[in-house]
This record gives sequence, structure tokens and C-alpha cells, in this order.
Amino acid sequence: MSTTEDTGAEPDEAIIEPDPDAVAITINGRSVTARRGDLVIAAAERAGDYIPRFCYHPRMSSVGMCRQCLVEIDTGRGPMLQPSCMVTVSEGMVVDTESETSKRAQEGILELLLANHPLDCPVCDKGGECPLQDQAFSHGPGESRYVEEKRHYEKPIPISDLVFLDRERCILCDRCTRFADEVAGDALIHFIDRGNATQVNTFPDEPFSSYFSGNTVQICPVGALTAKPYRFKARPWDLEQVESTCTSCSVGCRISVHSSRDRILRFQGVDDEAVNWGWLCDRGRFNFESVHSDRRLADPLIRTAEGLATTDWSSALSLTSDLVRSALAAGGADSIAILGGARGTNEDALAWSALADALGIDRRDARLGDGIGLDLLDLPRATIADAAAASTIVLIAPDLKEELPVLHLRLRDAALRSGAKIIEFTQTGSGLTRHAWRSIRHLPGAGAQIVSEALAEDAVAAQLASGPVVVVAGRANLAESAAAVSARVAAVLSAAPDARVLPVMRRGNTAGALAAGLSGSAGAAQILRDAAEGRIELLILLGADPLADFPDSRLARTALARVGRIVSLDGHLSASSEQADIVLPVAVMGEKSGTTTNLEGRVTPVAQKVTVHGTARPDWMIALDLAGRLGVELGASDLSDLTSMIELSADGLWERSFGAAAPTFDSVVGTNYDFRLVLSRRLYDAAVSTATSPSLESLPGGRGLSVHPSDLERIGVSSGDDVKVTGSRGSVVLPVCVDDRVNRGTVWAPFNQPTGERSEGDVRDVVDVDAPVTDVRIERLS
Amino acid sequence: MEAIKRTTPASDAEREAIESVLGPSDDRLGRDAVAGHVVRGQRHLLLPCLHALNDRIGWISSPAIDHLATRLGASPAEIHAVASFYGLFSLSPREPVQRHVCIDLACRAAGGPTEHSVDHEAHPAPCLGLCDRAPAAITIGGHDPEPDPASAAVDRAEDDVLLRRVGAGDPVDLDAYLADGGFSALERARDLGPEGIISAVEASGLTGRGGAGFPTARKWDAVRTQPVTPHHLICNADESEPGTFKDRTLIENDPYALIESMAIASLAIGCELGRVYLRGEYLRAHLTLSTAIERCRSAGLLGALAGFDIEIIRGAGAYICGEETAIFNSIEGYRGEPRNKPPFPFESGLFGEPTAVNNVETLMNVPSIIAEGRQADRRLFCLSGAVRRPGVIEAPIGITLGALIERAGGLREGSELRAVMLGGAAGGFAGPADLDLPLDDARLREVGLTLGSGVVMVHDQHVDLVDQLRRIAAFFRDESCGQCVPCRVGTVRQEEAIERLASGTGEADLSLLRDIAGAMRDASICGLGQTAANAIQSAVVRLGVLT
Repeated sequence: MSTTEDTGAEPDEAIIEPDPDAVAITINGRSVTARRGDLVIAAAERAGDYIPRFCYHPRMSSVGMCRQCLVEIDTGRGPMLQPSCMVTVSEGMVVDTESETSKRAQEGILELLLANHPLDCPVCDKGGECPLQDQAFSHGPGESRYVEEKRHYEKPIPISDLVFLDRERCILCDRCTRFADEVAGDALIHFIDRGNATQVNTFPDEPFSSYFSGNTVQICPVGALTAKPYRFKARPWDLEQVESTCTSCSVGCRISVHSSRDRILRFQGVDDEAVNWGWLCDRGRFNFESVHSDRRLADPLIRTAEGLATTDWSSALSLTSDLVRSALAAGGADSIAILGGARGTNEDALAWSALADALGIDRRDARLGDGIGLDLLDLPRATIADAAAASTIVLIAPDLKEELPVLHLRLRDAALRSGAKIIEFTQTGSGLTRHAWRSIRHLPGAGAQIVSEALAEDAVAAQLASGPVVVVAGRANLAESAAAVSARVAAVLSAAPDARVLPVMRRGNTAGALAAGLSGSAGAAQILRDAAEGRIELLILLGADPLADFPDSRLARTALARVGRIVSLDGHLSASSEQADIVLPVAVMGEKSGTTTNLEGRVTPVAQKVTVHGTARPDWMIALDLAGRLGVELGASDLSDLTSMIELSADGLWERSFGAAAPTFDSVVGTNYDFRLVLSRRLYDAAVSTATSPSLESLPGGRGLSVHPSDLERIGVSSGDDVKVTGSRGSVVLPVCVDDRVNRGTVWAPFNQPTGERSEGDVRDVVDVDAPVTDVRIERLS
Repeated sequence: MEAIKRTTPASDAEREAIESVLGPSDDRLGRDAVAGHVVRGQRHLLLPCLHALNDRIGWISSPAIDHLATRLGASPAEIHAVASFYGLFSLSPREPVQRHVCIDLACRAAGGPTEHSVDHEAHPAPCLGLCDRAPAAITIGGHDPEPDPASAAVDRAEDDVLLRRVGAGDPVDLDAYLADGGFSALERARDLGPEGIISAVEASGLTGRGGAGFPTARKWDAVRTQPVTPHHLICNADESEPGTFKDRTLIENDPYALIESMAIASLAIGCELGRVYLRGEYLRAHLTLSTAIERCRSAGLLGALAGFDIEIIRGAGAYICGEETAIFNSIEGYRGEPRNKPPFPFESGLFGEPTAVNNVETLMNVPSIIAEGRQADRRLFCLSGAVRRPGVIEAPIGITLGALIERAGGLREGSELRAVMLGGAAGGFAGPADLDLPLDDARLREVGLTLGSGVVMVHDQHVDLVDQLRRIAAFFRDESCGQCVPCRVGTVRQEEAIERLASGTGEADLSLLRDIAGAMRDASICGLGQTAANAIQSAVVRLGVLT
């Protein structure tokens, strides 16, 4: 409704204009204003009349299959029973959700549903939060007149590593199958057979290995789908819950954290219009298990002659401040470096940034050389909603399905349902390739030219001019310089000057850490180079594991070996913190309160739900303590002081201008080697949160090198053979597998994967962070 | 991005079967976006591909599904979902040529086998549309499918309009058709133009003969005036209502008249490609019609120059695919599940575009309306059961039931009339007292009956009516698509309640049966569920069966 309150601007027009989208309808005798396009079921719910339903889900297309939402609707031709999830409101419509006829239909459906549904509610995970149970109670007939056998199936069957299916409980509402097909694009579960024999199942031997499988458990209106990590863990009425934000990646999906007896038991997606629409990826949904991993650090550790040994906080902090003091004395503030901060809260980052400011430490970077340049963050920023509403989405980005899965869902939806046209520049293809309007394959090392040429095509130029353009910009290839990404994005901006940029960042709070000031004049690569050359006395790792995450592993190893001292703040012991002199255990997400910032710059709360493990503390508290010991003032004495340091823009976002110049990048064409390396991330890798979550730890695909079949034939190797991969920095032994999705002339390897039984080498050993691209030679092992 | 790599690839024969529909495979397809769109644009070829596999190999293997999924840019689960929906397809190994033995109403009344007594080697089949020679069986499958038995018996009369060419010479002789005035109605239709055609059809009073009885002219006009193009015409030839065999008779005997009728309809609605969705079991009709279409193309009566062409889509054993919106899903390569209406087909039908769906008999009325200005006052009736001369009879609408039975030679020697199933399994039962009933939809509706698809199945004292009701219930249980709850569960519970009532339970189960009927009628998505209790309820109410 328009109002007359804002009379300042044009007082003459301050009369009540009829809202063209308002539709007057009557629901159960009351006049209600609905919106044009509203479904009756949604309009009634907003008006306070809940119509029972099973198949209807507001984020998916209506199918009208369960028939539970039948109500009498009169559009002038007399009341008729109609599924309220299929009928949109129209002027003058009269809806009766409680008439005799409506009630009889609803009771009839429930009686039929219950005739097949096993009454094993006492042992069903859904019991207590089950729409079927609830609606049988509120809208059902109360008793059944059917005496025959219910349907019998083997129960339950695993349909993936994470999800179990009980077909006896299933009411065939098509929610999970619709989600898999329509939302996730992984139509790996489907209705099989016909009539009463219809069942949901996978294709034989092909599991429901979707990155989004957990959503089906959440939207199942009965207990047919259950998640392995939660099965039989708790009853809904024993759960406490609090709303929070997932920080597994930088999308910032809103979640509800459920716990019982001080243990986190599950995450459920919360429907946030701006961000995740209720969906989560499986990594984000299930890696809460790492919070309670027995690999969590409970007490501070210090290095002794026998290795790392437990100590108390007082000693650990006092030793840490001694290390800072002696580094300052020995080499000045430039001999201290801080890496990381992207896994913590905004407050953690603000406290550490303030401490660094107070001590004059400039060498700091929340990124680990595996992201994009700061220059891209200075470009006009787009929100997720901007991207989803754009006419054209230009992807110069990694496979979002692997890196930012829920952003992938939003953009997939934009392409399929809103008609957005995707123009993709890719080195490997991606989950969005099949939905792209144009998908342009290029070799690593291609600069601005490939983009400029593609965008100059008449049809493409016309498309770019037809409406808003959003560039999704991220690092698709960790064996290629970030400058290449900047060059390609710049080419888009010169073709579409009004384009906005949505930056892709892997780690949860990269945006917040950078906005808080955890970036200096020297980036991670320079810091590690300095360390390797012996110029760093003290390296402070804020949840950072450069040995695992920095693309040039030789540099990372040399740096950590040559650095004076290492202090690591971490929740779990990582490869890098194992080399530290002092390890300070920190609270992880779920154990601390504060805020986080997603890739848009959107600040949302993270909530503490369970008691901190052992004696662990939040990073910010450690910074404040050290400041006191070092005698510097941070301008904050508690969490709320830190939170109040966040300055939001007019759009409600937290952004900082970095004043970073765009790097120059010249396309790299020729090579003396055979192949150019594409090194990209998968959703499941050797990340600590995955490795310490029992349900996820087996999911990473492992190491290997994918090669196009004709290239494989050319070098005389068969799929599965070990090969020697040699680059300018050295060589490594890896198994190859054939994959016709790989471009000829390139080889494709996943980043940071755990080693398997064959003790495969680490492909990062051939990456040179100083080279624009990584060219390699492949030889058969004799 | 993890692709499943199966160890067993599709066999050469399976690949050839798929390539016979899709053409040779190109490695590059599916790789980049544009090609991806092309691949997915072939989804409507899924059903023909499945037929090719099923006919040639006998069944559809997992590696074949995998290969087909790759070729069509779909997931194997999607292909599996579609293949498992249709009764004619097998997902387990078997011989290519299969014997299908009818276990349905007319055949079991004539002593044919039941679901349980059918020969182990053979398939128990729902009504094959061979009721005039019950009990019936056919063979299906192999490289060159062998046509099913000869066409139905027809009791022709001098003044027949719809049946006038039936049994008169070679049905695919195009010259004979032309000599008999064939395609003159199309000429006249060209002169009339779309609006002229539609007003002529409106003046004739033609209504749909598939069972619903919707005015044909209104349907065509609604499609004609839709701004979205292209417009589609589908001839619904998925004749599967138990007891019905009129459409097969028309196609097998007068294919050119159907082609001409569709050409006229296409002029009316503005469509360039008509589709005949033909029941999968109707091999003779398929052969006849495809031969006729080929000859018309050679003669320039169909094809690019004619501005109109026809293709045949073969169904695959699913009664539900006779439902007009289920046809759309089936043709598009999805499970043949009906869609919710609205949107109605005239605005959003096949591929989401305006579509007219007309039954074969409905269309066959059109040439005489256009050429001769006739009224559409005649209908085809499918007489079967205890009559002397079962077969298709053309009669004026309004003929009494008794007169119609007389046209079929009256009851068989020694038969006493017990019941007449009118309109099919979705219709109802008349009794011995109803012989004076005029067979006119409006009049029948007054007494709770319907002409449906023209079924008149006559049962004498030897027929076990409880068994007939059991079979009707089992038929709907088998043929429910399973999409909506009332029909999926209701058809099962209805069958169970009948089973209990047959063993002598009483009033409580009758009222349960009535409530199930109510729930199915009120709440089902489509006509199948809405009518699945009709015949049973009418037998209970009108004939006192089960009470």
C-alpha cells in the first residue's frame, strides 16, 4: 500500500493511489488485500489462515500433487474445490478454507495418506517436527478405517553418503525430487515406476551424490529422508536453536544452529531473501561436526625439546608477548607478519587489525595468495540479488558449484527462471556451463583480449547493452596469476562500463577481514618470500594454514622453515600450526558470538550456541589480552566495542576502499612445455573442517591429473598410470585419469586434496607463484 | 562434476537402436553451452528411443539408459524414471517379441485369463481394443513389428457417414480415396478459411468423442486466437478405455480421412505439424497410418509444399496418456503424468504452447461437415459381450440402448441381459430395465450415466459382475499414474474394499467405498482419478452388486 506519510517531496500528489498490484479477496469471510500473482495458499497464510500442505514449497514451482491444500474457491461461478497452491488470487475471489467441503476433502486426503504411512513416529527423526504428524493432528479425521497392510520396502536405504531414504514413510510429495531437478540441477533421484508402485529412488548404482542433498532432508515433510549425521541423535523438542550465519564459504548462508546438551547436532537453512533462500550446501550443513572433533585444541601448546606441549594461557600469552617484543627489538615492526583472519569473525579481525596498527605491523594479509587482487574489491560492488536480477551475468570465476555452491544455485535460478543470460569465460567448464548463453573456453594465461573479442560480437554487445551487467569475478586457476583475472574483468568493464562486480572469495570472512584492515602493502606472497629470505622474525597465523592453502607449496615450506618464530591461533592442529612455537587454541564458529561479512559486504550475526571447547578463546580476546601485555591501546575493551567499529555504507554493507592499482598482465601464449596447468578447488578438499567432520572426511576425490583422451594417447599413457609432472620448479608424481571435459593442451588438477593410498605427490610443488602461468611436461614413468 | 563411469558400456545393438532415432553421436555435443541446448532440445525423442531399444533388444538395460542419458543431456535417473513409467517397456532382460494376452473386461467375460491365470510366458495386458473377438492376444516387438490381428468387425449400414469407407477396398489406396471425393473437404476448407471452418463446425454441433464432450468449435477457436505460436494439433489416438475399439477401426480402414480431417483442423487453428499420439499396442493402425502419411507426402498432400505435415508418436502402454495433458508430457519425453488445469491446453499445452487435442472420431466427423454441411448427429458404438455380432456400429445419437443391441443382432442364444457397461470403465452400468434409455449424453447424465467413448459391453447371466468390478478396480490401480494422493492411494483402497465386500462384509465397507469414491472425485488432478469409482458406484447403486 502506498502511504501519505512521506509528504515532503510532492505534496500535491500525496493522495492515496490505488496500488495496481493489490488484489482484494475474501478469505473465510474476512476481506484481505493480496498481491497480484500470489498463490491462494500464500495469501491465506499471510492473512493468518494456514492451509495444510505437503507438496507446496514457496521456493519451488507448484505441482498440485498432494491435494492436501484443496479449499473451496469461488471466482464468480460458485465455490469449487481447488488446490490453493495452483490458483493465483483474482479480484473478488472468495476463499473458504474451513467449509464442510474443504474439510471433507482435507480429511479424506489425510486418511488416505495415513493408510500407507507407517506409524513409527516414536523412532522417527521427524517425530515432533513432522508436517504429516502435525497436520494429521490439526486437520485429520482422527482415526483410520483401513485394515489392510501398508506398503513395505526395505528401510531405510542409503541413497548417498549422507542421506538415507525410507520409502515406507515417503508420501511422494515430489519435494526432494523437484528440488534435485529444479533447484540443484542434479536430477539423481526421481519417481520410478507408476501408480501405487511409484517410489523415489536413484538410478541403480548411481547415488544421489549432489552437493545439495541435505536440503532434501530439511524439506521432506515426513521422516522419509534422514541425514546420516543427525539420525537418532535427538528429538526436536530437546533441541535448542539460534540463528546464525554459515562461514564455510563467503556466501554467508543464514542458518539455524540446533544443539542439545551442549553439542551442535545440526544446521538448518534459514530462508533469507537476499542470500540463500533457505538452501545450504552439504559441506556447510554438515561440517559442524568438526566443532566437536577430538582433534580440537583444548589448551595452549608451546614448543619444547620434545615437541609441542600443553601449557597454561598465562604462560602462553606471556611468551607470545615476549616474542612480539623481541621481534620488534630485533627487526622492527616489518619483521613481524600476520597471515589469515578470514576464518574468524569481524570482531576477531578488527581486534587483530587494531593490534597490528598499534604495533606498526604492515605485513598482513587475510588472503593466502589463492584469491583475487584487492583492485577487484575497489570496483562497484554487486549484491547476490543484483547478480540474480541482472540481464547479463559474466562469469570470470571458478566453478561456483565447487566453491560457492549456494551462489551457484541463485545464478542457476536466475538463468533458468528469470531469463538472465550467462556469459562464461572458463578454463574447465563449470556447473553453469549448460545454462550459459555463451561459454567461452580459453587457455590459462589468456588476458583481456579473449574477453574483448568475445564481447565485441554484435549479439553479445547488444545483450550487454540490454540491461544491468554483473561480473562474478574470482580465481578459477590457482596456477595462474590473479593479475590475469583482473585483466579479464577490466576487459568486461571497458565493454560494459556500468557493470558491477561480485567478488568470489573462498573463505567465510575474507571480506570482513579485509574490511577490518587485515591487508597491508605486502600480500601473502611477498610475506612468504620475505620469510623465505629470512627477513621475518615472527609470523602470526590467524587460523591460516599456508602449507595447505598457499598455491606455491615450495615457497610456503621454505618460508615456514626459515621464519624466526611462529605463533598460530587455531581451532585444530594444522600442517602449519604443527610447526608453530606457540599454538593458541581458539573458539570456532558455534562457540563464539560476533558478526561476519559475506562476499557482498553484508554483515550478519554469528551466534554462540555451545560452550567453548577446553580453554579455547576467541581470537579477539587474545588480541585484547596481548595489547594489554604489550602496553598498547586498541580503542576497544569488549566484543560490543569491536562490533561498533563496523561502519556500514548507505546500502547497509561494509566496504573499504583499498586504493589498489590494477596490475598489468600480458597474455601468455607460447610455451616450451607440453601442457598448461589448471589448478582448481573442489567443494570437498583437505580443509580441516572437512577432514575433522566424520560424515564428510571420505568425500574429497583425491589427487590426480585429468587429461584429455587424445592428449593421453599422444603421450602414450593410460588412465590410472602414474606420470611425472615437471614444471620450472621441479617435478611430482601423480596418477592420470582421462577426462574429455579437459581442454586439449591443458591438464587439470584439484587443489589441496588429501593423499590416498598411493601417496601421490602434491601438484602445488610445480606451481611458481611468480610465474603468470604454470606450464608442465608429462612423462610416463618407466 | 563427478561423472559416473560405468564399466559396461552400451552394446553396439543398443547404440544402433538409439542412433536410429538420434543419428550418429558427436563427441563434441554437450561440451559447450550452445551444443548443450541442442542436446537438451532432443528430449522429445526419448520415447522413440526407448521404443527402438525395447523393440530391437526386447528390454532397456542400465548401460543403454546411461548412453541415452549422455546423448540427451539428462541424468540416467530421469531416463529410468520415464522408462519405468510405461507398461510396454521392460527394464529386465527378455526376448524382443512378446505375447500380450488381454485380461480385461470383455475378454474375461468371454472366458479369457485373469492376471493370475495368464500363461507364464505371456504378458497380462489391459484391454487391447479387440473386444469384438474376445478373448484376445497380440504379439509386439522385434525389428519389424508384426501387425496385430485383422481389423474389427463392423456392422455397416447404408447411411453410415463415419464408417462409409470401412471395409471398402484397400484402405491405403490413395487414388481410390481421391476418386471417392477425398480431399475435396480440404479444398472447401481452404475456401472457408479458419473462421469459416470453425463456424461450420459450430453449426454442426460437433462435440468431443473421447469422453468429455467439449464443443470442438470452441476449442479450435480458443487455440486459433492465441497470440503465442506455434499452435499444435494432437490427434488423441491413445484409445485405451476398456471396451473401446472404434478409433483403431477408423484408422485401420480410413487413414486418409483422418489425415484430411487433421489438415482441416490445422487450417482452423493455424498449425503446421499435427501429431497423432497412437496407442503403442496398435501396430496395424501404425502401419496403415504411416503408409498413408508417406503416400500423401509423395503426392504433395502433406509436407513442406502442402504447408502441413503429420507425425505419429507411439504410446507405450499407459492408459493415463489418453488424458490430454498427460499426452503433452509423454510427447515431450517426460513421465506421462497429467498436468494441473489451468492453464488449459488451448493456452499452454504441448511445449507450453497453444494446443488442440481431438479424438480420432471427433476429427473424422469434420470432412462431411465441411463438404456436405452435415450435422454431427451420429456416433460410433463399440458393442461387445453377449451380443450376436459384436463390433463397431454407427448410429444416430439418441438411439435407445435396446435398439442398438438389436443392431448387433440381439442377445446371444440363451443369454439373459444382466448389465450393460456404458462408456467404459470410467463410465457406468445400466440394467435390464434401461433398454429404453436414449443414448444421448444429456439424457444419460440425468440418470448418472455417460456415453464416454461409446462402449456398450453387454453382460449376461454367465458373467461374474463382482469379478468385473474387481477388474475395473485393478485396472485403475494399475493405470493410476501415482502422482496425486487420492488416485494413487484411493484406487488401491477401493480395490481392497471391494475384495472385502466380495467376501461378505457389509454396510461399513460400502460407506467406506463411497467415501473413497468421494475423495477421488473431489480431489484428483485428472479425469482418471475423478472417474475411477464411477462404474463401481453405479454397479452398487443401480444394480445392487456387492450389497
